[in-house]
Amino acid sequence: MALPPASAPARAATPIAPTADATGAAKIPSLAQVVEPSPGALLRRRIRGHWGLIIGGGVLLFIIAVALFAPWLAPHDPLDQDLTNRVVLPIWYDEGTWVHPLGTDQFGRDYLSRLIYGSRISLLIGFAAMLISLLIGTTLGVAAGYFGGRVDMAVNFIITTRLSLPVVLVALAVVSLIGNSLWIVICVLGLLLWDRFAVVMRSTTQQVRNLDYIAAAQATGCSTLRILLSEIMPNIANHLIVVATLEMAHAILLEAALSFLGLGVQPPAPSWGLMIAEAKGYMFFDPWLIGIPGTALFALVMAINLLGDGVRDVTAPEGRN
Amino acid sequence: MLIFALKRLGIAILVAITVSMVTFSLIHLSGDPAMALAGESATQEDIENIRRVYGFDRPIVVQYGAWLGGVLTGDLGYSHYLATDVSTVIFDRLPTTMTLGACALLFALVLSIPLGVLAAMRPNTMIDRLALSIAVVGQALPSFWFALILIFWFGIVWRLLPITGTESWLNYVMPSVALGYYVTPGVMRLTRAGMLEVLSSDYIRTARAKGLRPMSVMFKHALRNAIIPVVSLAAVQFGFMLGGSIVIETIFAINGIGFLAWESIQRGDLAMMQAIVLVLACFYIMLTFLADMLNAFLDPRIRVG
Amino acid sequence: MSVLLEVEGLSVEIPVPAGTLRPVQEVSFTVDAGETLCIVGESGCGKSLTSLAIMGLLPKSARRHARRLALDGQDILDAGERRMSDLRGNHMGMIFQEPMTSLNPAYTIGNQLEEALLRHRKVTRREARARAVFLLEKVGITAAASRLRQYPHQLSGGLRQRVMIAMTLMCGPGLIIADEPTTALDVTIQAQILLLLAELQREFHMGLILITHDLGVVARVADRVAVMYAGQIVESGTAMQIFRAPTHPYTQGLLDCIPIPGKTARGQPLGSIPGIVPSLVGEMAGCHFEERCAYATADCTRGPVALREAAASGHAYRCLLDPGRCAENAKRPALERQVPELRAPAQVPA
Repeated sequence: MALPPASAPARAATPIAPTADATGAAKIPSLAQVVEPSPGALLRRRIRGHWGLIIGGGVLLFIIAVALFAPWLAPHDPLDQDLTNRVVLPIWYDEGTWVHPLGTDQFGRDYLSRLIYGSRISLLIGFAAMLISLLIGTTLGVAAGYFGGRVDMAVNFIITTRLSLPVVLVALAVVSLIGNSLWIVICVLGLLLWDRFAVVMRSTTQQVRNLDYIAAAQATGCSTLRILLSEIMPNIANHLIVVATLEMAHAILLEAALSFLGLGVQPPAPSWGLMIAEAKGYMFFDPWLIGIPGTALFALVMAINLLGDGVRDVTAPEGRN
Repeated sequence: MLIFALKRLGIAILVAITVSMVTFSLIHLSGDPAMALAGESATQEDIENIRRVYGFDRPIVVQYGAWLGGVLTGDLGYSHYLATDVSTVIFDRLPTTMTLGACALLFALVLSIPLGVLAAMRPNTMIDRLALSIAVVGQALPSFWFALILIFWFGIVWRLLPITGTESWLNYVMPSVALGYYVTPGVMRLTRAGMLEVLSSDYIRTARAKGLRPMSVMFKHALRNAIIPVVSLAAVQFGFMLGGSIVIETIFAINGIGFLAWESIQRGDLAMMQAIVLVLACFYIMLTFLADMLNAFLDPRIRVG
Repeated sequence: MSVLLEVEGLSVEIPVPAGTLRPVQEVSFTVDAGETLCIVGESGCGKSLTSLAIMGLLPKSARRHARRLALDGQDILDAGERRMSDLRGNHMGMIFQEPMTSLNPAYTIGNQLEEALLRHRKVTRREARARAVFLLEKVGITAAASRLRQYPHQLSGGLRQRVMIAMTLMCGPGLIIADEPTTALDVTIQAQILLLLAELQREFHMGLILITHDLGVVARVADRVAVMYAGQIVESGTAMQIFRAPTHPYTQGLLDCIPIPGKTARGQPLGSIPGIVPSLVGEMAGCHFEERCAYATADCTRGPVALREAAASGHAYRCLLDPGRCAENAKRPALERQVPELRAPAQVPA
């Protein structure tokens, strides 16, 4: 159903009465100046109005800041055991003390410090794994979308194969066999999480590829690489950012799960997933031992997801669900 | 339709074979089966002996060939730790995981589809925001943490549900919720988006112009079309859940495939590990094939002419 | 001839970010049983929304006002949704513009036809099917019985529109509103569909409101014509009156735009109405057509312009000037006329 065209609002009524020029044909009157905001201003306005984007971005920036300034923010050394001070209660209990605002764990390590340093691990792994999967997935997806034909078929086959693999199981198996160091975890996650990049980049490249300015670029003899970099990439960039946030969140959750199962980061590193695993046995009496790192994980992942949703909403509102 | 099915089947088989190759290589190139079998206190000589006896010194392609041959005849390998055939153990524990997966999927669908429909019927109202909030929260919650929280409140504090094992259907409640909620946001959003799109379509306008009752319009006409992609998604998500069950089964001590995989990884039981990965992958491939078929069946435009 | 539909003072308002959109303003007309009323106008003049307003199918955000809205003497303005849904399909039917997307792809044609009848009448499935076959044959579809099992995507656009017409007739409504039923079809099919509608209307003695922007169609089928511009009816009368003596400048402009084979000389510029449709957001003082009108004076911007009678009775037009003044005004070169000041429609603050 077509509504009458909602012409640009707040515009003075314009058309001047039809005047005839020398040939007697009526001149089409011109439109008055329509004040349209520039694309940059429009984007800024959308960002300011989108509370999800602001909250998500804000929380993420806060956590990044905490991770960066960890040595100055953490009151204690996160690895420092103090067996005389085991399982001290956090500040909101009567017995809590400001020396250990979030209490200590079963080895007497200060929880607040471990929480702060744990942010480094989550952010590092999340970001690095996302970067690796971004490179793999984008290369495959853009190639499939741009070249089509056999390349597309091959990439589709690879994606289907990868999707059939149970990710958690494979990650666990490989890490258990090779050994769990930080960088092995990052590589394994990066090599397993590229599928969404590939799928999304493929479909957006396909859409962009058929637009006329690509044909124009080809007609003027631009090299393929140049077309890819200067014409295609800028137009799929916003989709890339959205998927990047999703996959970073995904990587963080996976690392936490791996560490929880003992096949992620090695103890005594303060990975939040590992902290939850180590505290599992104390859950009954000291639930905050799993409550605190879990909440931190939840907050971080939520912030990243909100940021990604927000970026998608402000750059391509029609894709909003 | 038949040609469509056959083509899809062909691709599925090819993918399955590729997956078997990938699985085999991953396992055998990451770890040394001889070393794993020999154990920690073995000497180099022991390891070499084992390598020769079990044929681990053959070229990897030959080993793969032998394994694949076995798989195609139903022999998934032999577990030296359990001293039985891998297939026996796997198919023994498979039904438990299937049950868990089915319950989890059921929970997810019962929660997310009505929510999605309601949210689409009343966009930008409280119920819509509630549904989207549930989606946002569900996507950020780590599954193992959620499981622990459920155990804490329902198992320990309020003592409503059993924490471990699989004696009665009550045992499946918490694990199903913990496993199924992760699928909820995706299904809910897809239902909502699909319904919104369908509700603004011309044929819904026609249905209203015919004077059909609102319920009929919503369910017979709108949902019937909007649900098609959701069905595909649900089938695929079932496959993910089978793979993701390892975390939940480990926490709740449920004797399914996931737990078996966990034990095998602990023990370094390579034969079991690669068999489980292969079985799960094949299940996923089968489910996507089924999803494609279901999609075609539900959409007359694909099924007929 | 009994009066079937009475519309008096129908207005539609839709809140938009920039203010209030008023796509339909004070529209009044009647339709008798057995009569065809054509509502003519360009895209965006509000004709589709008028029909949706009558059916009660406006989007949720839209508000509808009228002094009177009655079907067969019964008020439908304040009828609740349940009553409206009983009436729709039953006593008033609607045919839409896009046959390709107006049928549900998931169900057979037979299913969709039968459900239209089963909803409103206590008949058996078999009786419904028989009626469906009867009507499909009436609309010119051969092998009707086997068509029932087909899905919409298996039919062409023309066939689908015929199915839509049959579907609208399932309950034998007294009033049918056809919103540009042939616009999306090939030119060769257009004529067939229109003839079909005219025949069916005569046979079943229905009232037909045909909405179109194609004056050729109007000339063929209309008994009465209402010309709409920017949400208002600017001229109404019998088809003869409108075509023989178009009084409102807009109607004249529309008729001038049609090239007449044999009469329009080669090389002669085609008529056109310069300018664009004004924004319908906010209140507009004065005549809506003023900016594009060759005969406008300062008075035209002063206040709302009411409908007045033209030369013949039953022929109304919305203009301040007398019917005879066109010739006189046309002599004055346009350059001499005072260019009106830029007039901003009074904006309702957002």
